[in-house]
Amino acid sequence: MNKQSEQHPSAAPLKVSGITVAYQKKAVVENVSFTLPEGRLVALIGPNGAGKSTLLKATLGLVPSIAGEVSIYGDTYKKMRSRVGYVPQRESVDWDFPTDALDVVMMGRYGHLGWIKRPGRREKELAMSTLEKVGMADFAQRQISQLSGGQQQRVFLARALVQEADLYFMDEPFAGVDAATEKAIIALLGELKAAGKTVLVVHHDLSTVEEYFDHVLLLNKKLIAAGPTETTFTPELLHETYGGKLAIVSSNGREALVGE
Amino acid sequence: MLDWLISLWSDPNTRWILLGCTLLGLGSGVIGSFTFLRRESLLGDTLAHAALPGVCIAFMLGEVKSVSLFLIGALLAGIAAVLCVSAISRWTRIKPDAAMGIVLTFFFGIGTVMLTHIQHSGSGSQSGLDKYLFGQAAAMVTGDVYTLMGVSVLLILAAMLLFKEFKLISFDPGFARGIGLPVGLLEHTMLILTTVAVAAGIQAVGVVLVAALLITPAAAARYWTDRLPAMLAFAGLFGAISGASGAAISTLGEGIPTGPVTVLAATLLFAVSLLFAPGRGLAAKALRHRALKADYARTANTGALEAAEGGSRK
Repeated sequence: MNKQSEQHPSAAPLKVSGITVAYQKKAVVENVSFTLPEGRLVALIGPNGAGKSTLLKATLGLVPSIAGEVSIYGDTYKKMRSRVGYVPQRESVDWDFPTDALDVVMMGRYGHLGWIKRPGRREKELAMSTLEKVGMADFAQRQISQLSGGQQQRVFLARALVQEADLYFMDEPFAGVDAATEKAIIALLGELKAAGKTVLVVHHDLSTVEEYFDHVLLLNKKLIAAGPTETTFTPELLHETYGGKLAIVSSNGREALVGE
Repeated sequence: MLDWLISLWSDPNTRWILLGCTLLGLGSGVIGSFTFLRRESLLGDTLAHAALPGVCIAFMLGEVKSVSLFLIGALLAGIAAVLCVSAISRWTRIKPDAAMGIVLTFFFGIGTVMLTHIQHSGSGSQSGLDKYLFGQAAAMVTGDVYTLMGVSVLLILAAMLLFKEFKLISFDPGFARGIGLPVGLLEHTMLILTTVAVAAGIQAVGVVLVAALLITPAAAARYWTDRLPAMLAFAGLFGAISGASGAAISTLGEGIPTGPVTVLAATLLFAVSLLFAPGRGLAAKALRHRALKADYARTANTGALEAAEGGSRK
Protein backbone atom coordinates (compact mmCIF):
# COMPACT_ATOMS: atom_id res chain seq x y z
CA MET A 1 0.00 0.00 0.00
CA ASN A 2 1.31 3.40 -0.73
CA LYS A 3 1.24 6.67 1.09
CA GLN A 4 -1.99 8.08 -0.37
CA SER A 5 -4.10 5.19 0.82
CA GLU A 6 -2.69 5.53 4.32
CA GLN A 7 -4.07 9.03 4.38
CA HIS A 8 -7.50 7.71 3.44
CA PRO A 9 -7.58 4.27 4.97
CA SER A 10 -11.29 3.81 4.41
CA ALA A 11 -11.55 5.55 1.04
CA ALA A 12 -13.39 3.52 -1.59
CA PRO A 13 -11.54 2.69 -4.82
CA LEU A 14 -14.11 4.65 -6.78
CA LYS A 15 -16.80 7.07 -5.72
CA VAL A 16 -18.86 8.77 -8.41
CA SER A 17 -21.31 11.51 -7.42
CA GLY A 18 -23.94 12.95 -9.70
CA ILE A 19 -22.06 12.54 -12.96
CA THR A 20 -23.93 13.77 -16.03
CA VAL A 21 -22.78 13.64 -19.65
CA ALA A 22 -24.59 15.30 -22.53
CA TYR A 23 -23.93 15.36 -26.25
CA GLN A 24 -25.57 18.33 -27.95
CA LYS A 25 -28.07 19.02 -25.15
CA LYS A 26 -29.18 15.40 -24.93
CA ALA A 27 -28.22 13.71 -21.70
CA VAL A 28 -26.52 10.38 -22.33
CA VAL A 29 -25.69 9.70 -18.70
CA GLU A 30 -27.85 11.36 -16.11
CA ASN A 31 -26.96 12.09 -12.52
CA VAL A 32 -25.22 8.79 -11.77
CA SER A 33 -23.81 8.17 -8.29
CA PHE A 34 -22.27 4.99 -6.91
CA THR A 35 -19.45 3.72 -4.76
CA LEU A 36 -17.40 0.63 -5.54
CA PRO A 37 -16.28 -1.61 -2.68
CA GLU A 38 -12.64 -2.69 -2.64
CA GLY A 39 -11.50 -6.00 -4.10
CA ARG A 40 -14.59 -6.76 -6.12
CA LEU A 41 -15.32 -7.62 -9.73
CA VAL A 42 -18.04 -5.25 -10.82
CA ALA A 43 -20.14 -5.51 -13.98
CA LEU A 44 -21.61 -2.40 -15.55
CA ILE A 45 -24.62 -3.59 -17.52
CA GLY A 46 -27.48 -2.07 -19.44
CA PRO A 47 -29.03 -2.05 -22.93
CA ASN A 48 -27.33 -0.64 -26.03
CA GLY A 49 -27.13 3.11 -25.88
CA ALA A 50 -27.54 3.13 -22.10
CA GLY A 51 -24.30 5.09 -21.77
CA LYS A 52 -22.11 2.36 -20.28
CA SER A 53 -18.97 3.23 -22.21
CA THR A 54 -19.70 6.91 -21.85
CA LEU A 55 -19.99 6.60 -18.08
CA LEU A 56 -16.66 4.76 -17.99
CA LYS A 57 -14.94 7.36 -20.15
CA ALA A 58 -16.47 10.25 -18.22
CA THR A 59 -15.19 8.72 -14.98
CA LEU A 60 -11.71 8.69 -16.49
CA GLY A 61 -12.09 12.18 -17.88
CA LEU A 62 -11.84 10.95 -21.47
CA VAL A 63 -15.16 12.57 -22.36
CA PRO A 64 -16.21 15.81 -20.68
CA SER A 65 -18.98 15.59 -18.09
CA ILE A 66 -21.23 18.60 -17.48
CA ALA A 67 -21.70 17.84 -13.79
CA GLY A 68 -20.54 15.48 -11.09
CA GLU A 69 -17.47 14.43 -9.20
CA VAL A 70 -15.20 11.42 -9.25
CA SER A 71 -13.04 10.40 -6.35
CA ILE A 72 -10.52 7.58 -6.56
CA TYR A 73 -9.15 6.24 -3.29
CA GLY A 74 -10.40 9.42 -1.69
CA ASP A 75 -8.57 11.79 -4.02
CA THR A 76 -8.90 13.27 -7.49
CA TYR A 77 -8.32 11.08 -10.52
CA LYS A 78 -5.46 13.32 -11.54
CA LYS A 79 -3.53 12.52 -8.36
CA MET A 80 -4.47 8.85 -8.33
CA ARG A 81 -3.87 8.21 -12.00
CA SER A 82 -0.98 5.80 -11.42
CA ARG A 83 -3.32 3.50 -9.48
CA VAL A 84 -5.79 3.26 -12.36
CA GLY A 85 -5.52 0.89 -15.33
CA TYR A 86 -7.70 1.20 -18.42
CA VAL A 87 -8.54 -1.31 -21.15
CA PRO A 88 -10.28 0.54 -24.01
CA GLN A 89 -12.53 -1.14 -26.56
CA ARG A 90 -10.52 -3.07 -29.07
CA GLU A 91 -12.02 -1.16 -32.01
CA SER A 92 -10.72 2.14 -30.65
CA VAL A 93 -7.30 1.78 -32.29
CA ASP A 94 -5.84 1.08 -35.72
CA TRP A 95 -4.45 -2.46 -35.52
CA ASP A 96 -2.43 -1.94 -38.69
CA PHE A 97 -0.12 0.34 -36.70
CA PRO A 98 3.53 -0.68 -37.21
CA THR A 99 4.26 -2.35 -33.87
CA ASP A 100 4.28 -5.79 -32.24
CA ALA A 101 2.47 -7.29 -29.25
CA LEU A 102 5.38 -6.86 -26.83
CA ASP A 103 5.74 -3.20 -27.72
CA VAL A 104 2.04 -2.55 -27.10
CA VAL A 105 2.28 -4.19 -23.68
CA MET A 106 5.30 -2.05 -22.82
CA MET A 107 3.17 1.03 -23.48
CA GLY A 108 1.56 0.21 -20.13
CA ARG A 109 4.84 1.21 -18.46
CA TYR A 110 5.12 4.61 -20.15
CA GLY A 111 3.25 6.30 -17.31
CA HIS A 112 5.87 5.04 -14.84
CA LEU A 113 8.82 5.79 -17.10
CA GLY A 114 8.29 9.52 -17.41
CA TRP A 115 9.44 11.74 -20.25
CA ILE A 116 12.05 10.89 -22.85
CA LYS A 117 13.27 7.74 -21.06
CA ARG A 118 12.90 4.62 -23.19
CA PRO A 119 11.72 1.28 -21.86
CA GLY A 120 14.68 -0.89 -20.90
CA ARG A 121 15.32 -4.49 -19.95
CA ARG A 122 13.20 -4.32 -16.78
CA GLU A 123 10.18 -3.15 -18.76
CA LYS A 124 10.76 -5.78 -21.38
CA GLU A 125 10.94 -8.57 -18.82
CA LEU A 126 7.82 -7.35 -17.08
CA ALA A 127 5.93 -7.10 -20.37
CA MET A 128 7.11 -10.56 -21.39
CA SER A 129 6.00 -12.20 -18.14
CA THR A 130 2.64 -10.46 -18.41
CA LEU A 131 2.19 -11.72 -21.96
CA GLU A 132 2.89 -15.17 -20.59
CA LYS A 133 0.17 -14.65 -18.00
CA VAL A 134 -2.42 -14.02 -20.71
CA GLY A 135 -1.11 -16.93 -22.77
CA MET A 136 0.44 -14.75 -25.46
CA ALA A 137 4.16 -15.28 -24.92
CA ASP A 138 4.54 -17.00 -28.30
CA PHE A 139 3.11 -13.97 -30.06
CA ALA A 140 5.36 -11.31 -28.53
CA GLN A 141 7.10 -10.44 -31.81
CA ARG A 142 3.95 -10.71 -33.92
CA GLN A 143 2.77 -7.65 -35.80
CA ILE A 144 -0.49 -6.70 -34.10
CA SER A 145 -2.62 -6.85 -37.27
CA GLN A 146 -1.74 -10.54 -37.53
CA LEU A 147 -3.38 -11.35 -34.19
CA SER A 148 -6.95 -12.59 -33.91
CA GLY A 149 -9.53 -10.42 -32.18
CA GLY A 150 -9.24 -12.41 -28.98
CA GLN A 151 -5.45 -12.22 -29.03
CA GLN A 152 -5.60 -8.46 -29.55
CA GLN A 153 -7.90 -8.24 -26.54
CA ARG A 154 -5.39 -10.19 -24.45
CA VAL A 155 -2.61 -7.86 -25.54
CA PHE A 156 -4.72 -4.92 -24.35
CA LEU A 157 -5.31 -6.68 -21.04
CA ALA A 158 -1.62 -7.36 -20.63
CA ARG A 159 -0.89 -3.69 -21.28
CA ALA A 160 -3.26 -2.73 -18.46
CA LEU A 161 -1.76 -5.36 -16.14
CA VAL A 162 1.81 -4.08 -16.46
CA GLN A 163 0.53 -0.74 -15.21
CA GLU A 164 0.32 -2.47 -11.81
CA ALA A 165 -2.74 -0.49 -10.91
CA ASP A 166 -5.22 -1.08 -8.07
CA LEU A 167 -8.41 -0.09 -9.88
CA TYR A 168 -9.11 -1.33 -13.40
CA PHE A 169 -11.62 -0.14 -15.97
CA MET A 170 -12.36 -2.52 -18.85
CA ASP A 171 -14.57 -1.55 -21.75
CA GLU A 172 -16.25 -4.70 -23.09
CA PRO A 173 -13.27 -7.03 -22.84
CA PHE A 174 -15.48 -10.01 -23.69
CA ALA A 175 -16.90 -8.51 -26.89
CA GLY A 176 -16.28 -10.79 -29.87
CA VAL A 177 -13.58 -12.95 -28.29
CA ASP A 178 -13.04 -16.68 -28.66
CA ALA A 179 -13.59 -19.17 -25.86
CA ALA A 180 -9.88 -19.42 -25.02
CA THR A 181 -9.64 -15.67 -24.57
CA GLU A 182 -12.79 -15.57 -22.48
CA LYS A 183 -11.29 -18.21 -20.21
CA ALA A 184 -8.00 -16.31 -20.01
CA ILE A 185 -9.79 -13.10 -19.09
CA ILE A 186 -11.81 -14.81 -16.37
CA ALA A 187 -8.70 -16.39 -14.88
CA LEU A 188 -7.08 -12.98 -14.90
CA LEU A 189 -10.06 -11.31 -13.24
CA GLY A 190 -9.87 -13.97 -10.53
CA GLU A 191 -6.19 -13.24 -10.00
CA LEU A 192 -6.82 -9.51 -9.80
CA LYS A 193 -9.54 -10.06 -7.24
CA ALA A 194 -7.33 -12.33 -5.18
CA ALA A 195 -4.71 -9.60 -5.17
CA GLY A 196 -7.26 -7.18 -3.72
CA LYS A 197 -7.75 -5.15 -6.90
CA THR A 198 -11.05 -3.65 -7.94
CA VAL A 199 -12.26 -4.12 -11.50
CA LEU A 200 -15.13 -2.36 -13.26
CA VAL A 201 -16.13 -4.15 -16.46
CA VAL A 202 -18.60 -2.99 -19.10
CA HIS A 203 -20.39 -6.23 -19.84
CA HIS A 204 -22.91 -7.35 -22.41
CA ASP A 205 -23.62 -11.00 -21.80
CA LEU A 206 -26.29 -11.27 -19.12
CA SER A 207 -26.02 -15.05 -18.95
CA THR A 208 -22.53 -14.89 -17.42
CA VAL A 209 -23.00 -12.03 -14.97
CA GLU A 210 -23.85 -14.20 -11.96
CA GLU A 211 -20.94 -16.51 -12.67
CA TYR A 212 -18.26 -13.84 -13.20
CA PHE A 213 -19.14 -10.84 -11.05
CA ASP A 214 -19.67 -10.06 -7.35
CA HIS A 215 -21.27 -6.72 -7.84
CA VAL A 216 -23.39 -5.10 -10.54
CA LEU A 217 -24.30 -1.61 -11.67
CA LEU A 218 -27.50 -1.45 -13.73
CA LEU A 219 -27.53 1.52 -16.05
CA ASN A 220 -29.98 2.99 -18.48
CA LYS A 221 -28.98 6.64 -18.72
CA LYS A 222 -29.74 6.79 -15.00
CA LEU A 223 -28.41 4.34 -12.50
CA ILE A 224 -31.22 1.86 -11.90
CA ALA A 225 -29.52 -0.09 -9.15
CA ALA A 226 -26.14 -0.93 -7.68
CA GLY A 227 -25.17 -3.66 -5.26
CA PRO A 228 -24.08 -7.25 -4.76
CA THR A 229 -25.05 -9.56 -7.63
CA GLU A 230 -27.33 -11.78 -5.48
CA THR A 231 -29.56 -8.93 -4.41
CA THR A 232 -29.28 -6.64 -7.42
CA PHE A 233 -29.22 -8.92 -10.45
CA THR A 234 -32.91 -9.72 -10.13
CA PRO A 235 -35.57 -10.09 -12.85
CA GLU A 236 -37.48 -7.07 -11.50
CA LEU A 237 -34.50 -4.71 -11.60
CA LEU A 238 -33.37 -6.07 -14.96
CA HIS A 239 -36.82 -5.42 -16.39
CA GLU A 240 -36.60 -1.90 -15.10
CA THR A 241 -33.20 -1.51 -16.77
CA TYR A 242 -33.92 -3.11 -20.11
CA GLY A 243 -37.61 -2.26 -20.38
CA GLY A 244 -39.32 -4.34 -23.03
CA LYS A 245 -36.04 -5.38 -24.60
CA LEU A 246 -35.55 -8.24 -22.19
CA ALA A 247 -36.84 -11.76 -22.50
CA ILE A 248 -36.69 -14.26 -19.72
CA VAL A 249 -36.17 -17.71 -21.11
CA SER A 250 -36.67 -20.68 -18.92
CA SER A 251 -34.55 -23.68 -19.77
CA ASN A 252 -33.53 -26.74 -17.83
CA GLY A 253 -35.67 -25.50 -15.01
CA ARG A 254 -33.28 -22.59 -14.55
CA GLU A 255 -34.11 -19.06 -15.54
CA ALA A 256 -31.88 -17.45 -18.08
CA LEU A 257 -31.96 -13.83 -19.01
CA VAL A 258 -31.51 -12.69 -22.55
CA GLY A 259 -30.95 -9.05 -23.22
CA GLU A 260 -31.82 -7.75 -26.68
CA MET B 1 26.08 11.65 -65.82
CA LEU B 2 29.24 11.35 -63.76
CA ASP B 3 30.43 14.75 -64.98
CA TRP B 4 27.16 16.21 -63.95
CA LEU B 5 27.40 14.70 -60.46
CA ILE B 6 30.96 15.94 -60.09
CA SER B 7 29.98 19.41 -61.23
CA LEU B 8 27.16 19.38 -58.72
CA TRP B 9 29.54 18.55 -55.94
CA SER B 10 32.32 20.91 -57.00
CA ASP B 11 30.13 24.00 -56.93
CA PRO B 12 30.01 24.96 -53.24
CA ASN B 13 26.68 26.75 -53.57
CA THR B 14 25.02 23.78 -55.20
CA ARG B 15 26.57 21.51 -52.62
CA TRP B 16 24.96 23.52 -49.85
CA ILE B 17 21.58 23.51 -51.55
CA LEU B 18 21.79 19.77 -52.14
CA LEU B 19 22.63 19.20 -48.49
CA GLY B 20 19.83 21.49 -47.34
CA CYS B 21 17.20 19.75 -49.47
CA THR B 22 18.41 16.32 -48.40
CA LEU B 23 18.11 17.24 -44.74
CA LEU B 24 14.71 18.83 -45.34
CA GLY B 25 13.47 15.61 -46.95
CA LEU B 26 14.88 13.60 -44.06
CA GLY B 27 13.20 15.71 -41.37
CA SER B 28 9.87 15.95 -43.21
CA GLY B 29 9.82 12.21 -43.82
CA VAL B 30 10.33 11.46 -40.13
CA ILE B 31 7.76 13.93 -38.79
CA GLY B 32 5.39 13.11 -41.65
CA SER B 33 5.34 9.45 -40.55
CA PHE B 34 3.53 10.42 -37.37
CA THR B 35 0.94 12.58 -39.16
CA PHE B 36 0.50 9.74 -41.66
CA LEU B 37 -0.15 7.22 -38.88
CA ARG B 38 -2.52 9.63 -37.16
CA ARG B 39 -4.44 9.87 -40.47
CA GLU B 40 -3.87 13.57 -40.56
CA SER B 41 -1.98 13.72 -43.83
CA LEU B 42 -4.37 16.26 -45.30
CA LEU B 43 -3.58 18.54 -42.39
CA GLY B 44 -0.05 18.98 -43.74
CA ASP B 45 -1.49 20.12 -47.05
CA THR B 46 -3.79 22.56 -45.28
CA LEU B 47 -0.84 23.97 -43.36
CA ALA B 48 1.19 24.34 -46.54
CA HIS B 49 -1.47 26.17 -48.51
CA ALA B 50 -2.29 28.32 -45.51
CA ALA B 51 1.35 29.37 -45.32
CA LEU B 52 1.15 31.44 -48.51
CA PRO B 53 -0.70 34.44 -47.02
CA GLY B 54 1.61 34.21 -43.99
CA VAL B 55 4.66 34.49 -46.21
CA CYS B 56 3.12 37.38 -48.17
CA ILE B 57 2.23 39.33 -45.03
CA ALA B 58 5.72 38.72 -43.66
CA PHE B 59 7.16 40.14 -46.89
CA MET B 60 4.87 43.17 -46.88
CA LEU B 61 5.72 43.97 -43.27
CA GLY B 62 9.45 43.32 -43.52
CA GLU B 63 9.93 44.50 -47.13
CA VAL B 64 12.75 41.97 -47.37
CA LYS B 65 13.04 38.38 -48.43
CA SER B 66 14.16 36.56 -45.32
CA VAL B 67 13.52 32.88 -44.78
CA SER B 68 13.37 33.16 -41.00
CA LEU B 69 10.79 35.95 -41.26
CA PHE B 70 8.80 33.88 -43.75
CA LEU B 71 9.03 30.94 -41.39
CA ILE B 72 7.36 32.95 -38.65
CA GLY B 73 4.70 34.19 -41.06
CA ALA B 74 4.00 30.69 -42.32
CA LEU B 75 3.90 29.36 -38.77
CA LEU B 76 1.35 31.93 -37.62
CA ALA B 77 -0.80 31.46 -40.72
CA GLY B 78 -0.64 27.70 -40.27
CA ILE B 79 -1.76 27.97 -36.66
CA ALA B 80 -4.60 30.28 -37.69
CA ALA B 81 -5.68 27.76 -40.33
CA VAL B 82 -5.65 24.87 -37.87
CA LEU B 83 -7.69 26.91 -35.39
CA CYS B 84 -10.21 27.62 -38.15
CA VAL B 85 -10.44 23.92 -39.02
CA SER B 86 -11.00 22.85 -35.42
CA ALA B 87 -13.49 25.68 -34.84
CA ILE B 88 -15.52 24.69 -37.91
CA SER B 89 -15.56 20.99 -37.09
CA ARG B 90 -16.35 21.71 -33.45
CA TRP B 91 -19.15 24.24 -33.77
CA THR B 92 -20.83 23.03 -36.92
CA ARG B 93 -21.87 19.67 -38.32
CA ILE B 94 -19.23 19.90 -41.04
CA LYS B 95 -16.73 17.05 -40.90
CA PRO B 96 -12.98 17.76 -40.59
CA ASP B 97 -12.15 16.81 -44.20
CA ALA B 98 -14.61 19.33 -45.58
CA ALA B 99 -13.49 21.91 -43.03
CA MET B 100 -9.89 21.42 -44.18
CA GLY B 101 -10.94 21.81 -47.79
CA ILE B 102 -12.72 25.06 -47.05
CA VAL B 103 -9.89 26.53 -44.98
CA LEU B 104 -7.12 25.35 -47.33
CA THR B 105 -8.66 26.92 -50.42
CA PHE B 106 -9.69 30.09 -48.60
CA PHE B 107 -6.17 30.74 -47.28
CA PHE B 108 -4.62 29.87 -50.61
CA GLY B 109 -7.04 32.23 -52.34
CA ILE B 110 -6.08 35.10 -50.06
CA GLY B 111 -2.42 34.21 -50.52
CA THR B 112 -2.69 34.29 -54.30
CA VAL B 113 -4.38 37.70 -54.24
CA MET B 114 -1.63 39.05 -51.97
CA LEU B 115 1.07 37.50 -54.14
CA THR B 116 -0.36 39.13 -57.27
CA HIS B 117 -0.50 42.44 -55.45
CA ILE B 118 3.14 42.16 -54.37
CA GLN B 119 4.27 41.21 -57.89
CA HIS B 120 2.70 44.34 -59.28
CA SER B 121 4.15 46.64 -56.67
CA GLY B 122 7.56 48.28 -57.04
CA SER B 123 9.95 46.23 -54.92
CA GLY B 124 7.85 43.10 -55.23
CA SER B 125 8.63 42.22 -58.82
CA GLN B 126 12.18 41.40 -57.83
CA SER B 127 11.12 39.57 -54.70
CA GLY B 128 11.05 36.17 -56.39
CA LEU B 129 8.05 35.44 -54.25
CA ASP B 130 6.37 33.67 -57.16
CA LYS B 131 8.99 30.97 -56.68
CA TYR B 132 7.20 30.09 -53.47
CA LEU B 133 4.39 28.44 -55.38
CA PHE B 134 6.45 25.59 -56.81
CA GLY B 135 9.78 26.11 -55.09
CA GLN B 136 13.20 27.05 -56.41
CA ALA B 137 15.97 25.54 -54.38
CA ALA B 138 18.60 27.22 -56.54
CA ALA B 139 17.38 30.60 -55.34
CA MET B 140 18.39 29.83 -51.77
CA VAL B 141 21.34 31.61 -50.23
CA THR B 142 23.64 30.20 -47.57
CA GLY B 143 21.57 31.71 -44.76
CA ASP B 144 18.47 29.96 -46.05
CA VAL B 145 20.29 26.66 -46.12
CA TYR B 146 21.37 27.17 -42.51
CA THR B 147 17.75 27.74 -41.51
CA LEU B 148 16.73 24.63 -43.41
CA MET B 149 19.42 22.58 -41.69
CA GLY B 150 18.51 23.93 -38.27
CA VAL B 151 14.87 23.07 -38.79
CA SER B 152 15.65 19.56 -40.02
CA VAL B 153 17.87 18.87 -37.01
CA LEU B 154 15.10 20.18 -34.73
CA LEU B 155 12.54 17.86 -36.35
CA ILE B 156 14.72 14.79 -36.09
CA LEU B 157 15.76 15.57 -32.52
CA ALA B 158 12.14 16.11 -31.45
CA ALA B 159 11.08 12.86 -33.09
CA MET B 160 13.88 11.03 -31.28
CA LEU B 161 13.33 12.57 -27.86
CA LEU B 162 9.55 12.31 -27.94
CA PHE B 163 9.51 9.03 -29.86
CA LYS B 164 7.61 7.03 -27.26
CA GLU B 165 5.12 9.81 -26.52
CA PHE B 166 4.45 10.47 -30.22
CA LYS B 167 4.07 6.74 -30.82
CA LEU B 168 1.50 6.39 -28.06
CA ILE B 169 -0.62 9.37 -29.08
CA SER B 170 -0.53 8.10 -32.66
CA PHE B 171 -1.56 4.57 -31.73
CA ASP B 172 -3.96 5.06 -28.83
CA PRO B 173 -4.61 8.64 -27.67
CA GLY B 174 -7.31 7.49 -25.23
CA PHE B 175 -4.88 5.26 -23.37
CA ALA B 176 -2.22 7.98 -23.50
CA ARG B 177 -4.62 10.35 -21.79
CA GLY B 178 -5.46 7.63 -19.28
CA ILE B 179 -1.85 7.25 -18.13
CA GLY B 180 -1.55 10.99 -17.70
CA LEU B 181 0.25 12.11 -20.85
CA PRO B 182 -0.72 15.67 -21.80
CA VAL B 183 -2.17 14.49 -25.11
CA GLY B 184 -3.40 17.94 -26.15
CA LEU B 185 0.01 19.48 -25.59
CA LEU B 186 1.76 16.67 -27.47
CA GLU B 187 -0.70 16.94 -30.35
CA HIS B 188 -0.02 20.66 -30.56
CA THR B 189 3.72 20.06 -30.42
CA MET B 190 3.44 17.63 -33.29
CA LEU B 191 1.30 20.10 -35.20
CA ILE B 192 3.82 22.89 -34.70
CA LEU B 193 6.66 20.61 -35.80
CA THR B 194 4.66 19.75 -38.91
CA THR B 195 4.06 23.43 -39.57
CA VAL B 196 7.76 24.14 -39.13
CA ALA B 197 8.60 21.37 -41.59
CA VAL B 198 6.13 22.77 -44.08
CA ALA B 199 7.25 26.37 -43.60
CA ALA B 200 10.89 25.44 -43.99
CA GLY B 201 10.19 23.45 -47.11
CA ILE B 202 8.27 26.17 -48.90
CA GLN B 203 11.21 27.87 -50.56
CA ALA B 204 12.70 24.61 -51.74
CA VAL B 205 9.53 22.74 -52.72
CA GLY B 206 6.78 25.38 -52.86
CA VAL B 207 3.46 25.70 -50.99
CA VAL B 208 1.52 23.71 -53.55
CA LEU B 209 3.55 20.53 -53.27
CA VAL B 210 5.42 20.65 -49.96
CA ALA B 211 2.86 18.39 -48.27
CA ALA B 212 4.04 15.57 -50.53
CA LEU B 213 7.30 15.47 -48.57
CA LEU B 214 5.29 14.72 -45.42
CA ILE B 215 2.89 12.18 -46.90
CA THR B 216 4.51 10.25 -49.74
CA PRO B 217 7.78 9.08 -48.10
CA ALA B 218 5.81 7.94 -45.02
CA ALA B 219 3.26 6.07 -47.14
CA ALA B 220 6.09 4.40 -49.08
CA ALA B 221 7.99 3.53 -45.89
CA ARG B 222 5.01 1.69 -44.41
CA TYR B 223 5.40 -0.94 -47.15
CA TRP B 224 8.88 -1.95 -46.06
CA THR B 225 8.48 -2.65 -42.37
CA ASP B 226 6.16 -3.43 -39.48
CA ARG B 227 8.29 -1.60 -36.94
CA LEU B 228 7.90 2.09 -36.24
CA PRO B 229 11.62 2.97 -35.78
CA ALA B 230 12.40 1.30 -39.10
CA MET B 231 9.47 3.05 -40.72
CA LEU B 232 10.80 6.42 -39.57
CA ALA B 233 14.23 5.54 -40.97
CA PHE B 234 12.78 4.48 -44.33
CA ALA B 235 10.60 7.59 -44.53
CA GLY B 236 13.59 9.78 -43.71
CA LEU B 237 15.68 8.01 -46.35
CA PHE B 238 12.98 8.29 -49.04
CA GLY B 239 12.44 11.96 -48.16
CA ALA B 240 16.16 12.63 -48.33
CA ILE B 241 16.49 10.93 -51.73
CA SER B 242 13.48 12.88 -53.04
CA GLY B 243 14.83 16.20 -51.75
CA ALA B 244 18.29 15.54 -53.15
CA SER B 245 17.03 14.48 -56.58
CA GLY B 246 14.72 17.49 -56.70
CA ALA B 247 17.56 19.87 -55.95
CA ALA B 248 20.02 18.12 -58.27
CA ILE B 249 17.76 17.85 -61.30
CA SER B 250 16.34 21.35 -60.96
CA THR B 251 19.83 22.87 -61.08
CA LEU B 252 20.30 21.14 -64.43
CA GLY B 253 17.99 23.21 -66.51
CA GLU B 254 17.04 26.84 -66.35
CA GLY B 255 13.74 27.29 -64.61
CA ILE B 256 12.82 23.72 -63.68
CA PRO B 257 11.08 24.21 -60.34
CA THR B 258 12.38 22.00 -57.52
CA GLY B 259 9.00 21.07 -56.08
CA PRO B 260 7.59 19.05 -58.97
CA VAL B 261 10.84 17.15 -59.45
CA THR B 262 10.99 16.34 -55.72
CA VAL B 263 7.41 15.13 -55.76
CA LEU B 264 8.00 13.00 -58.86
CA ALA B 265 11.01 11.38 -57.18
CA ALA B 266 8.98 10.71 -54.02
CA THR B 267 6.11 9.27 -56.04
CA LEU B 268 8.45 7.03 -57.98
CA LEU B 269 9.80 5.68 -54.69
CA PHE B 270 6.23 5.15 -53.52
CA ALA B 271 5.33 3.26 -56.70
CA VAL B 272 8.39 1.02 -56.35
CA SER B 273 7.48 0.36 -52.70
CA LEU B 274 3.87 -0.38 -53.52
CA LEU B 275 4.87 -2.87 -56.20
CA PHE B 276 8.05 -4.47 -55.01
CA ALA B 277 8.35 -4.16 -51.23
CA PRO B 278 8.79 -7.59 -49.64
CA GLY B 279 5.82 -8.68 -47.55
CA ARG B 280 3.33 -5.89 -48.13
CA GLY B 281 4.12 -5.09 -51.77
CA LEU B 282 1.71 -6.11 -54.52
CA ALA B 283 4.21 -8.37 -56.30
CA ALA B 284 5.06 -10.22 -53.09
CA LYS B 285 1.36 -10.62 -52.34
CA ALA B 286 0.63 -11.97 -55.83
CA LEU B 287 3.53 -14.41 -55.59
CA ARG B 288 2.36 -15.62 -52.19
CA HIS B 289 -1.15 -16.08 -53.50
CA ARG B 290 0.10 -18.04 -56.50
CA ALA B 291 2.29 -20.28 -54.38
CA LEU B 292 -0.63 -20.91 -52.06
CA LYS B 293 -2.90 -21.76 -54.99
CA ALA B 294 -0.36 -24.10 -56.56
CA ASP B 295 0.24 -25.74 -53.20
CA TYR B 296 -3.44 -26.27 -52.64
CA ALA B 297 -3.97 -27.60 -56.16
CA ARG B 298 -1.13 -30.08 -55.69
CA THR B 299 -2.45 -31.44 -52.41
CA ALA B 300 -5.97 -31.56 -53.81
CA ASN B 301 -4.71 -33.47 -56.86
CA THR B 302 -2.77 -35.93 -54.78
CA GLY B 303 -5.83 -36.42 -52.63
CA ALA B 304 -8.01 -37.08 -55.68
CA LEU B 305 -5.44 -39.41 -57.14
CA GLU B 306 -5.19 -41.38 -53.95
CA ALA B 307 -8.94 -41.63 -53.80
CA ALA B 308 -9.05 -42.87 -57.41
CA GLU B 309 -6.48 -45.51 -56.60
CA GLY B 310 -8.64 -46.72 -53.81
CA GLY B 311 -6.75 -44.80 -51.14
CA SER B 312 -3.69 -46.99 -51.47
CA ARG B 313 -0.27 -45.56 -52.20
CA LYS B 314 2.07 -47.36 -54.51
